[in-house]
Amino acid sequence: MELFKFTKATGIPQAVQMAAMSKTAQQGADVRFIAGGTTLLDLMKLNVEVPTQLVDINGLALDKVERLPDGRLRIGALVRNSDLAHSAEVQKDYAVLSQALLSGASAQLRNMATTGGNLLQRTRCMYFRNDALPCNKREPGTGCPAIEGDNRTLAIFGTSSDCIATNPSDMNIALVALEATVQVQGPKGEREVPIGEFHLLPGKTPHRENVLEPGDLVTSVTLPAAKAGAKQTYLKLRDRASYEFALASTAIVVELHGGKISYVRVALGGVGTKPWRSHEAEHALMGKAADAKNFRAAAEAALHGAKPQSENGFKVELAKRCIVHALTVATQQA
Amino acid sequence: MSTFSTTALPLNTPPKTMGKLPRVDGPLKVTGAAMYSSDYNLPGMLYAVPVCATVPSGKITALDASVAEKMPGVKAVYSHGNIGNLYRAAPPSGFIGILDEQRPPLEDEVVRYYGQYVAVVVAQTFEQATAAADKVKVTYSKTDHNVSDKLKTDEKPKVDFHRGDPDAAFASAAVKIDETYATPTETHNPIELHASVASWDGQGFTVYETTQAVMNHRNVMSQMLGVPEENIRVISRFLGSGFGGKLWPWPHTFLAASASRNLGRPVKLVVARSTMFESVGHRPRTQQRFRLGANADGKLVALIHDSLNHTSILDDYSEGCSEATPYSYSTPNLRATSAIVRRNVGTPTSMRGPGAVPGLFAMESAMDELAIRLKMDPIKLRLMNEPEKDEGLNLPFSSRHFVECLNTGAEKFGWAKRTPGVGSMKKDGLTIGWGVAGCSWIAERTEAQAAVDLMQTGMVRVSTATQDIGTGTYTALSQMASTKLGIPHDRIEVVLGDTRLPAGPISGGSWATASLVPAVMEAIEKAKGTLFAVAGSAKGTQFDGAKPDALAFTDGRVHLKDKSPDTGVPFEEILNKANIRVASGQGSSKGTFGDPNKKFSTHSFGAQFAEVTWQPETARLRVSRVVTVIDGGHIINPKPAQNQIEGAVVMGVGMAIFEETHYDPKFGLPLNNNLADYMVTTNADSPAIDVTFLDYPDKVLNELGARGVGEIGLAGIAAAITNAVYHATGVRVRELPVRIEDLLGPKMDVA
Ligand SMILES: Cc1cc2nc3c(=O)[nH]c(=O)nc-3n(C[C@H](O)[C@H](O)[C@H](O)COP(=O)(O)OP(=O)(O)OC[C@H]3O[C@@H](n4cnc5c(N)ncnc54)[C@H](O)[C@@H]3O)c2cc1C
Ligand code: SF4
Repeated sequence: MELFKFTKATGIPQAVQMAAMSKTAQQGADVRFIAGGTTLLDLMKLNVEVPTQLVDINGLALDKVERLPDGRLRIGALVRNSDLAHSAEVQKDYAVLSQALLSGASAQLRNMATTGGNLLQRTRCMYFRNDALPCNKREPGTGCPAIEGDNRTLAIFGTSSDCIATNPSDMNIALVALEATVQVQGPKGEREVPIGEFHLLPGKTPHRENVLEPGDLVTSVTLPAAKAGAKQTYLKLRDRASYEFALASTAIVVELHGGKISYVRVALGGVGTKPWRSHEAEHALMGKAADAKNFRAAAEAALHGAKPQSENGFKVELAKRCIVHALTVATQQA
Repeated sequence: MSTFSTTALPLNTPPKTMGKLPRVDGPLKVTGAAMYSSDYNLPGMLYAVPVCATVPSGKITALDASVAEKMPGVKAVYSHGNIGNLYRAAPPSGFIGILDEQRPPLEDEVVRYYGQYVAVVVAQTFEQATAAADKVKVTYSKTDHNVSDKLKTDEKPKVDFHRGDPDAAFASAAVKIDETYATPTETHNPIELHASVASWDGQGFTVYETTQAVMNHRNVMSQMLGVPEENIRVISRFLGSGFGGKLWPWPHTFLAASASRNLGRPVKLVVARSTMFESVGHRPRTQQRFRLGANADGKLVALIHDSLNHTSILDDYSEGCSEATPYSYSTPNLRATSAIVRRNVGTPTSMRGPGAVPGLFAMESAMDELAIRLKMDPIKLRLMNEPEKDEGLNLPFSSRHFVECLNTGAEKFGWAKRTPGVGSMKKDGLTIGWGVAGCSWIAERTEAQAAVDLMQTGMVRVSTATQDIGTGTYTALSQMASTKLGIPHDRIEVVLGDTRLPAGPISGGSWATASLVPAVMEAIEKAKGTLFAVAGSAKGTQFDGAKPDALAFTDGRVHLKDKSPDTGVPFEEILNKANIRVASGQGSSKGTFGDPNKKFSTHSFGAQFAEVTWQPETARLRVSRVVTVIDGGHIINPKPAQNQIEGAVVMGVGMAIFEETHYDPKFGLPLNNNLADYMVTTNADSPAIDVTFLDYPDKVLNELGARGVGEIGLAGIAAAITNAVYHATGVRVRELPVRIEDLLGPKMDVA
């Protein structure tokens, strides 16, 4: 851990201004916002993050879940994961999000973790988290030892020859299935980014994980108005029953009309370098009957382009079962 | 209620434990008042943080501490050459003088495992020492390393046990099993980190240490630091468990002590969780070829068990996988061999049930495979091969009720309802699997001494330099004295974990309780003798002039043997009248361990029954239910005993389906060196556990017939689970842990 300055932000403009001094908002940032700290402090202790300035945003008024006049739901960036999961609005209209949040981490961590922090949590790749080892994401150009090493928990979608790390968040998978948007306040003003465009593929620049630039503060995440009658579910498969990241997970939002699937969103966790939306599965399901054969076909289509590594080939079959079972559970709901 | 102060205890006042059941130390622990080693803060104390090697094999070519030395608060940086004299310990005698990593830290500039200490920074605060340790620049010339988990050796294995002609018998056996089973490197991971708080006073040391053996620790420190034993005091009041990892000293203790001596100030060194995967021992990887030959009716004719385990480059640690092999089942022809294979890893050590636990995974898996091959119920196969005596030692068992363990367990578990077909049993929409395995563990006594003081205050003090590692030793001793003297627990004070007390046993091998019984009983008798002598010469009492052997002690009262207790007086009254503060007695137990003239084979036995649930649609495997029946001698206090077995079962679930320390082949480090990546059982993974003790006193061991139950609960459980996994899924996992990928098998058919 290195010495750092700690400043409590008094307002959004000041927070943005301080962070704008950073040379990057990605790996290597010298100014970091701190929210719950459950990702950031760990990484600082491991010397993976070495900011010289922390800007504590916990005092900012970004901790509300609000219904907007048009029916959308705006979630402040500082809403704690546990509060969000238990919010009545979310439980009623966005069950997939509540389930995803509650399947993650532990009660203590969820009480600290925030919406913004969860959106931006870093990979659990063990090479990334050990500063004695090479890693392109942590130190660009040093190589990716995971490709020939321990990649059991890493990605099968969106990988590159430079990085195969998984985005580990459960919440993000639900946000993808719900087609959320992210509101960002930056030095040049406010902007809105669809969740699908928020995270980046590693490509040649795995140290760049999202679209944020110096000074950018995530202020909220907004969910579209609830679809009446949509069925939702989140299924997470993992080694142990709690306190464990997904090996494969699936978030489903689905509507049926006359026994046929009229709307469906399928997002996959634990398998992608970014929260993974499976357009292939959705395409295979649209207009089809909700039955096991079609679910399996959708799962096959979803995993068609998977690129397994030396240790994680099992994820292909596991993700298929996850999709089939999640679809089964979702469509059988009353 | 216990009368503990919540502040740091002054050095010379050992904490008191008032006997109050259940678990006399419970209130202290739940209120946070119990002082663990790293809780001690001494005046002027400094903090030491080690620098660990970042190569698994090589030589230090340069070590630059110039930046670190100038950092705020830094008092010293020690590396090879300036730490001061550290010697090697001579070979041990009995349970004194033992350590697994023989090389003193910083002895040379050669690195033999990743994480080996190459320097230590001492500073005013922990943060300063940590920051400076990061800035010590070490350059290495790397040499080839090997951390491979594929174990092979060209060396001739050691023959541990041999009888009959196993090769010929196996060759001609009607039914054969010949499989190799493997258990991974496991890291103990007690919640309490290893720690040393060492204070040099110019002549010797006082050390608060996370140790399961204060007497051994003092001896090894004396040898390695070159200070007479009487000048060293080692204290271990409470231990946040050890599981064997804290039995013998590890290098950090010598760094802390040396730094304290060099600087003339107390030094605290707390070993980081990640470092606990490197330099405080681990259960080594084992690979075991197990051959069973049987008649067509299931009678064993041959058993051959060849095991390998990895060890470090410098130390010869043998896991001893064949511990339970020679005596578990009856067979005329048997051989067990073992060999070690060197790897660039830290030195392994005992972990809960060393040897027997991995060994029984192999044996009880092989027995299950044999039963399936024979189309026989696995319990029946075991009953058929029940020995009449220990065929390895050719001695009768002191007390063996393995058959009853199996039968009682079967009854409790509902085994009769089991259908043998793979995947044939369902419950609540899930496939269930049922498995059984036997277990056993060594029951022995080690040498031990204890003192009992009958005090003028009416209190009784029991003291011995053993430790309570969370197993309930405070409670068991309180109970022994209470029962024997007829004095309530709240008048009994137990003092442990201090080398100034009479030499007590190691907290290892599950032997502490059994070892202490004779010592405490003798000490009680002697203390009573002292009291009777006082009574007989105490002027003005009704016993004035009475011969000691005319007196008796009942429920805290002294009376004439031929009169009833209520005619007597409380013992404290006699001491008060005589103005004598304490009537003391010392007692000792002889060890049985390694006794060449044994007349009995002494072991504990048990049966483990496990149920797993399996949901193929989601590849979800859970251990849902465990029934354990233990033949562990007389159980002094069923509460902590049950707690030991339940804890062991939870650990066994970890062994079966979660735990593995993974060394990265390229970089040579244990990669998953933290509690997020090294999976242990969580509450949500813990099954319903039903524990039964048969409670047959083993009077060969001591007058109470008590053995010890710290380890046996972990034996057999992994095999019971993998046997259940086979029953549910048809997949035989011979290499632990069972992983989701082992079970995905052929593609799911959903059409
Ligand atoms: C042991 C463990 C197990 C876990 N298991 C799971 C799991 O199973 N599933 C799961 O999904 N997650 C899991 N997590 C991760 C957890 O969900 C995240 O750590 C948490 O959500 C991060 O939120 P935070 O508020 O604490 O973030 P912080 O640590 O405060 O911040 C994380 C990052 O986001 C940035 N940041 C925070 N807020 C903003 C903002 N408003 N605008 C711009 N940047 C911001 C920070 O600068 C930092 O870089 C686990 C974590 C741990 C430690
Ligand atoms: S997968 Fe990505 S994070 Fe992991 S080692 Fe490779 S580059 Fe680093």
